[in-house]
Amino acid sequence: MSSWVRATALWLCTMAMISWAATLPEGLAELGRPATGGEIAAWDIDVRPDFVGLPPGSGDVWAGEEIWLAQCASCHGDFGDSNEIFAPLVLGNITDEDIATGRVASLTDPAVTRTTLMKVPTLSTLWDYIYRAMPWNAPKSLSPDEVYALVAYLLNLGYVVDDDFVLSDTNMAETQARMPNRNGMSLDHGLWSVSGVPDVTGSSCTADCDVAVTVTSSLPAYAMNAHGNLAEQVRDWGPSPGLWTATETGKETAAEPEQLAAANAAVEAAVAPEAALNVGGCSGCHQMAGQLVGPGFDAIRTKYAGKEHAAYLRDKIVNGGAGVWGSMPMPPMPTVGEDALQQIVAWLTSGEE
Amino acid sequence: MASDAEQGQLQAAPESFLSKDLVENISRDGINPGRRSLLQGAFTAAAASMVAPSLMADDDPDIVNLPTWTRSLGKPVVANPYGQPSPYEANIVRRQSPGLTRTDQSSVSFTPLQNLFGMITPSGLHFERHHQGWVDIDPRRHKLMINGLVDTPLVFTMEELLRMPSVSRIHFLECGANTGLEWGNVAVPTVQYSHGMLSASEFTGVPVSLLLERAGFDRKRANVLLAEGADGSSMTRTINLENALDDALVAYGQNGEMLRPENGYPLRLVVPGVQGVSWVKWLRRLEVGDTPWATKDEVAHYVDLMPDGTHRQYTSIQEAKSVITAPSGGQKLLKQGYYDITGLAWSGRGTAEKVEVSVDGGRNWRPARLEGPILPKALTRFHCDWVWQGEEALLQSRVTDSTGYIQPSRAQLVAVRGTRSIYHNNAIQTWRVGADGEVHNVQLG
Ligand code: HEC
Ligand code: HEC
Repeated sequence: MSSWVRATALWLCTMAMISWAATLPEGLAELGRPATGGEIAAWDIDVRPDFVGLPPGSGDVWAGEEIWLAQCASCHGDFGDSNEIFAPLVLGNITDEDIATGRVASLTDPAVTRTTLMKVPTLSTLWDYIYRAMPWNAPKSLSPDEVYALVAYLLNLGYVVDDDFVLSDTNMAETQARMPNRNGMSLDHGLWSVSGVPDVTGSSCTADCDVAVTVTSSLPAYAMNAHGNLAEQVRDWGPSPGLWTATETGKETAAEPEQLAAANAAVEAAVAPEAALNVGGCSGCHQMAGQLVGPGFDAIRTKYAGKEHAAYLRDKIVNGGAGVWGSMPMPPMPTVGEDALQQIVAWLTSGEE
Repeated sequence: MASDAEQGQLQAAPESFLSKDLVENISRDGINPGRRSLLQGAFTAAAASMVAPSLMADDDPDIVNLPTWTRSLGKPVVANPYGQPSPYEANIVRRQSPGLTRTDQSSVSFTPLQNLFGMITPSGLHFERHHQGWVDIDPRRHKLMINGLVDTPLVFTMEELLRMPSVSRIHFLECGANTGLEWGNVAVPTVQYSHGMLSASEFTGVPVSLLLERAGFDRKRANVLLAEGADGSSMTRTINLENALDDALVAYGQNGEMLRPENGYPLRLVVPGVQGVSWVKWLRRLEVGDTPWATKDEVAHYVDLMPDGTHRQYTSIQEAKSVITAPSGGQKLLKQGYYDITGLAWSGRGTAEKVEVSVDGGRNWRPARLEGPILPKALTRFHCDWVWQGEEALLQSRVTDSTGYIQPSRAQLVAVRGTRSIYHNNAIQTWRVGADGEVHNVQLG
């Protein structure tokens, strides 16, 4: 990676300019204690592009598929192509040509959805990230072998490796050489260092400047309310209050005080248990109304109105399960705090609107 | 004569017209028939003294008829042990942009810039960007580790960090994706959504340089730092050692109190001038290294797509930018006459030296008045007098920073970077004021 060498050299130059006062105040050396080997091992799990930090292990595409379907597919789709919870990780759009050149050609095409695999130049990144942060709702629960298997499966979905491929610490470098966008990054810009050279400059003209002043883009009337009623988002007694964008006709007028009062009251009535749900991580899979990964809370509340359902729901939330709403399993959620759990269960069974 | 009842206000009877003796009597013996008539007498007398004077045509009833709050006993101290904004400010809150993200834990909430003053963002209105939700961390159990190219890898407790020499500095914090929705076309109605991934606070903490010195970092080989969070995402970002040694802080304080949980309680990295994602929240570890880590948010996101299909990687510095916050999109000028056009200017490379304002879409510019103090890598508030006479206007602001860099127009920026890079959109913003006083977000061409 010659660009690395170049950039590193550049950074070293900027380093040399720093004047450095190397005196510690007296007594400061007593603050902080040496980290133990075990502590460093527990936290220092990062893997660099040169694979420093990579633990030994291996996993194949088939094992990866199995783990994927159990632990990842609910959010990312069976083939990593879902757009429900996050942007697609893989779509079948990487070509042999991309793999040969290390540049994903379709990145210049605005009509093509940019997937993770189209962008990521470094295999280490996928390994590092899945190990530290996935599954999203239970990060750091995967073993190194499972991560090797999952990375192998993702690469297989992107046609980077074959069905019988086994990824291990010994063939990561070789596999890196097949990463479809491995040559797609540029460090040739001025935004890394404070003293970097800008690529764009503005104009200093102050009078009769030759600039186009035709409006080429503005929000269409139907989109004015897409962010909610603007009248409720601006200080309503100030010199320039918000436009009332919530009328049926979409007509905008300055807000009337009664409209504002009514709207504020509506907001207050709808706020109740969301904090607990957000902290519990439930909203990643459940929304208030309508199916997401799991059923909508509206449907759950209709089905389980009544205190007699409390014990069942409590158990289901803590231990997970499948088959009531479909084949998608709800993972166990053991980390939800007792208070939050009580609040959630009380709300789910309360039956009121 | 407009009475309180006509104004629709319910009013508690004033308590202080009862004589001290009477109150003591009542609290001792309760109300008996004799005392009840005494009480009634007192009420009648109080009511008589409260009769409002007659209202003349030009009189403002809010002045002439003394309002409730002027004629009643207020609430006690610590009614709110932690103070809250007035209920009349309920509109001024952080908000999400619907449809921008698919979940609420990997998401953004925007700061309501349209109604804030000065150069500091109230902590409770600081924008949020989380990748895996936010967490409540017990400060007694939170540790900071420093390892990598150091003589001695170290662990610090929060107690130790709070004992160390600290500094307090005011800096802006802008997400690299701020204004990212507007690359292709106008997509959002107000400055909250177009520029609200921007906040500024006074941060208090320990200089990173001091901690690295304490650990004895390898001056010859060290080149970069890895910062890592303690949350589920354990967010990692590579930090330029140049920034780290210059003015970066390991911060625990924000605007005089501890950091808010959404902003990284109890510890976050502060890297002035650099995009927000590098200011790792819930900071648990700094690793000194000699080559960048290419973490997830350095290869799949926070990379700027250029028209030729390459991504610029490690784009970090937030270049000079300014925006008019009032009047701004989604507002309405109710009257003609004087307006204070006001906004914010900032630069990740130094100070905002000069701000100019145009009301005709950039044909003519005049200097704005900058409010002090003007600090490096902080927000600078600007003002410009304007008399609006009902004409159509195109409001713009343009900053020049201390390096001489001038904020580009949208056309100038797009000519180099195209419209698909998502990050680092620092183009001049245009608000169109219509003859009807309505202000709309527009782009010119
Ligand atoms: C509960 C939903 C959920 C589950 C289950 C889940 N993920 Fe994710 N995943 C996400 C979200 C949301 C993000 C984006 C996080 C962010 O914004 O930083 C993500 C990001 C990723 C990314 C990075 C993509 C990018 O472009 O940034 C990879 C790779 C990934 N997940 C792999 C996995 C694997 C492997 C598993 C199974 C072990 C898994 N995920 C399970 C929700 C989930
Ligand atoms: C990774 C996705 C995911 C997360 C996170 C998640 N759920 Fe679920 N949930 C599901 C799925 C899928 C189902 C349907 C299961 C079934 O059909 O039995 C479900 C079902 C449920 C049900 C109905 C149970 C039944 O038997 O009818 C409740 C109640 C529920 N979830 C509550 C929660 C709460 C509370 C949380 C947060 C603490 C949460 N869920 C987090 C996916 C999720």
